[in-house]
Amino acid sequence: MWRDAALVAGRDLRLELRSRVGMNQVAPFAVLVLVLFAFALDTEGGVLQRTAPGLFWVAVLLSALLAIQRSAGLDAPDGVRDALRLSGLDPAGVFLGKVAAVAVQLAALEVLLGVGVVVLYDVELGGLWTLLATAVTATVGLAAAGTLYGVLAAGLRVRETLLPLLLLPVVAPVLIAATRASEAALEGVALDVAPADWLRLLVVFAVIYVAFGVAAYGPLLEEA
Amino acid sequence: MDPAVHLRGAVCLLGRFPALAGADLDVDPGEVVLLRGPNGAGKTTLLRALAGLLPVTRGEAVVLGHDLVRDRKAVRPHVGYLGHSPGLYDDLTVRDNLRFWARAGRHELGDALDRAGVDARLHGVQVARLSAGQRRRVALAALLVRRPRLWLLDEPHAALDAPGRDLVDGLVRDAAAGGATVLVASHELDRARSLADRAVVVAGGTVEPEAANVA
Repeated sequence: MWRDAALVAGRDLRLELRSRVGMNQVAPFAVLVLVLFAFALDTEGGVLQRTAPGLFWVAVLLSALLAIQRSAGLDAPDGVRDALRLSGLDPAGVFLGKVAAVAVQLAALEVLLGVGVVVLYDVELGGLWTLLATAVTATVGLAAAGTLYGVLAAGLRVRETLLPLLLLPVVAPVLIAATRASEAALEGVALDVAPADWLRLLVVFAVIYVAFGVAAYGPLLEEA
Repeated sequence: MDPAVHLRGAVCLLGRFPALAGADLDVDPGEVVLLRGPNGAGKTTLLRALAGLLPVTRGEAVVLGHDLVRDRKAVRPHVGYLGHSPGLYDDLTVRDNLRFWARAGRHELGDALDRAGVDARLHGVQVARLSAGQRRRVALAALLVRRPRLWLLDEPHAALDAPGRDLVDGLVRDAAAGGATVLVASHELDRARSLADRAVVVAGGTVEPEAANVA
């Protein structure tokens, strides 16, 4: 399973490097979202600074949709899906590999958006360890849920429009928990009860979706 | 000797539509069989079912000793399927595509690209930049990498030039001589007839022997 996961992750990342979709489309889109938030909200009175964690995670979520659509689309063509089924790859390994590749792309996006929030919204970073723990757990959860719903929608003709409808409600807990934990970190609150609870929620979400994906990806790939 | 393919009353549903509606077919190891029939007759469904890609819901279906009704996945490692779509990643190079599929199935890449007639200058080129015929050759190379015991070819001559078509015929003959079983669905009847030991007619989801053997 791990060997197959590494093989698939390497393939997906190589495909991204070759196609440059992430660099040329998803990353500019993410930055554009941050800029539009800055245009839409009052820059006076510290509104952007106060809402920065929420805006950051909304931008991550919207950009993640593009990355997840792209990841699901790689294996969507009929011939590729058949070849994947015939390949002998462990479906659990395929799932974990795709999750890893999406997570790497999301992590790169989060670094870019983090820089964007500091520069555009004039936010001072604090509570770096809490921020890091939030980013890691939220990223794994988003990647796992996105990959799972990506294959669920893969066989449908309307997958491009259906995937956001399926995914956004499901990942709402990630948005809420990641925003609250980030707010606590930026306000300098120690990792005590409040942010720790939100982090626990993120961990539980990630564990549930990784475990469910490992078990369900094979049957879903067959049905796609 | 057990047949490589044994179907009795095999039913395969696409939604509620019986794309295979009680198909009967026996194919011996090393035999080359032409599937002919009009569009929508069930040729592609038959090939995909034999590859374990579609479920056979009723009847008997045994391929290379594997019961497809009970476990259709077990036969997959032994099957090479060349469908209408090439099964390649457009943004990867020819070499990277082949390497990926070889590693996925724990196979050696070997000389598959050369045997499929893929020009060495194309090995480092993205598949998206290849012509349809060149993609077909790369897809053939991916099939060769698997060293399948059962070849399932859906319109294998499509998009290929004359040398490419001859190359496909040569590969099929070599495979059959090596003991592999080959089923070819084709509308190029003259060419496919010269390749096949016999032909069967697929119509309305059933399989009937052709009036006379074609060998």
